[in-house]
Amino acid sequence: MHIHLADQYRPGRGWLHRLDPRVKVIVCLGFILTASLLPPGSWFSLACLFLLVLGAAWSSGLGATFALRRSLIALPFALAALTLPFTTPGERLLEWPALGLAVSRPGLIQAGSLLLRAWLAVQAATLLMGSTRFRDLLWTLESLHVPPLMVSLLGLTYRYVFLLGDEALHMLRARRARSAGSRGPGLRWQARAAGGMVGALFLRALERSQRVHAAMLSRGYDGRARLLQTPGLVPLDTLALTLAFAGYGGLIAAALVAR
Amino acid sequence: MFLSPAAMHIPDGFLSLPVVLVGWGLTLSLLAAALRRANAASQLPLMGVLAAFIFAAQAINFPVAAGTSGHLIGAALTAILLGPWQGMLTMTAVVTVQALVFQDGGLLALGWNLFNMAGLACFAGDLVYRRLGALQARRARAAAFLAGWVSVMVAATAASLQLAVSGTVAVGLVLPAMLGVHALIGIGEGLISAGAVAFLRGAQPTVMARPAGAPGNRRTAYLLLGLGLALLLTPLASGFPDGLERVAQRLAFDAKATALGIGLLNDYALPGVSSPALSTALAVALGAALLAGLGWLMARALARSQS
Repeated sequence: MHIHLADQYRPGRGWLHRLDPRVKVIVCLGFILTASLLPPGSWFSLACLFLLVLGAAWSSGLGATFALRRSLIALPFALAALTLPFTTPGERLLEWPALGLAVSRPGLIQAGSLLLRAWLAVQAATLLMGSTRFRDLLWTLESLHVPPLMVSLLGLTYRYVFLLGDEALHMLRARRARSAGSRGPGLRWQARAAGGMVGALFLRALERSQRVHAAMLSRGYDGRARLLQTPGLVPLDTLALTLAFAGYGGLIAAALVAR
Repeated sequence: MFLSPAAMHIPDGFLSLPVVLVGWGLTLSLLAAALRRANAASQLPLMGVLAAFIFAAQAINFPVAAGTSGHLIGAALTAILLGPWQGMLTMTAVVTVQALVFQDGGLLALGWNLFNMAGLACFAGDLVYRRLGALQARRARAAAFLAGWVSVMVAATAASLQLAVSGTVAVGLVLPAMLGVHALIGIGEGLISAGAVAFLRGAQPTVMARPAGAPGNRRTAYLLLGLGLALLLTPLASGFPDGLERVAQRLAFDAKATALGIGLLNDYALPGVSSPALSTALAVALGAALLAGLGWLMARALARSQS
């Protein structure tokens, strides 16, 4: 029922899991950057990027289709790109003069590249989250100089998302149990009920946050989070980072030259 | 369930690089200001748990019409309950976790997503609510409704403009489409915000009292005006004359290419190499070597930073 609240992390022992989280974040960002830098129509480089994701997912034991399964999440936005073939000027492939519509070749190329780029970027991010625990990600953010307060805030949010999500689901179940059939007395009434539930949930969250704060203070919280582990970079990390960027450089150069 | 209105979270690949960079610049400076103002350290548990609350509250929905359901984005409600700065930090946590954990919105596009949904939406919601929200219960409810609706519309407008400036979609198409859809989504947002405010005023009136020291109407208004101006200036950043799209593309490209020192590869051949196949291979090797060096240097820096 609550697909969206499912954590993406899959425990495992593959090489992707063992990689330093900082390396993974940098390689993932580099991947997305590379994908968005490729000029429209560089199909070869895009295909290489896709094979990279596929290969990484497969060889690290996540299963080749791991990233594919979530990759359609950007679908609503594809609608925006679908207008490009009609609005971009250039050589016309199809025309409907009666409708005043025409499909242009550069427009098609642009729309196709854009969709592929977005599709690949989602897969890279999915792979990162599938192989990295959230607390490792937080540690990474902190060591990449994101303000500690922001990192703590993200950590707290993540910690209580599942708890309060469950609470919301309880409330929804209670609402369903008390109202046979889906038709309420009307929109106003339903909006009010939903608003009331949100308000009640807010009060519970507020009360919980006060308890959490008191508990943190009692344990000596002074505004700083202290993290235990400081894993070191092993040769595998250096190798992965170097190889990945070599690949990106090669792909960008190939696309530039082929233009 | 938990179907957050994805039409507002811009994925990666839809924004051009200059637009992405401008977005991060704006968002980071806004966040720095928020961290300074919001007394963040002592409010941390409150903001963290309330960010989780917004997540959970997004699950509470009700059918509106034509298969759409009303549910919450949460910016207006957070701003009403916490004030704009803390509301913005809370929404920042929400939107960031959405991007990181659930791939709702891209990582490079996160800059603009934060600016739209955490920054603009919170300040617009707060402004509307403070302007209209008098002390009587009836007006507070109407003000909360409008705040919710306006916050959604402002964020949708901003997202449309960013897409249009990136050349992803023509402005004449995206603006009516996005605003049309979000006018409906905004009604759901407004109704739930109003319901929550009405409930809280009845059940726990002290919660609705603003903490002291919150910035007044006028300052927020000026700030919002500044943000709006900055948004209008974005097209200039990519130079506007003919076909914004191509210009953005080219800017991104040449900047990157010269930064890498491979701008000379642009016209097909390395100087002094005649065979196209050979020059392609050389170019690829050169590009690979350059970025491999970059990767290796980063690994060195990471290894050194922890010892």
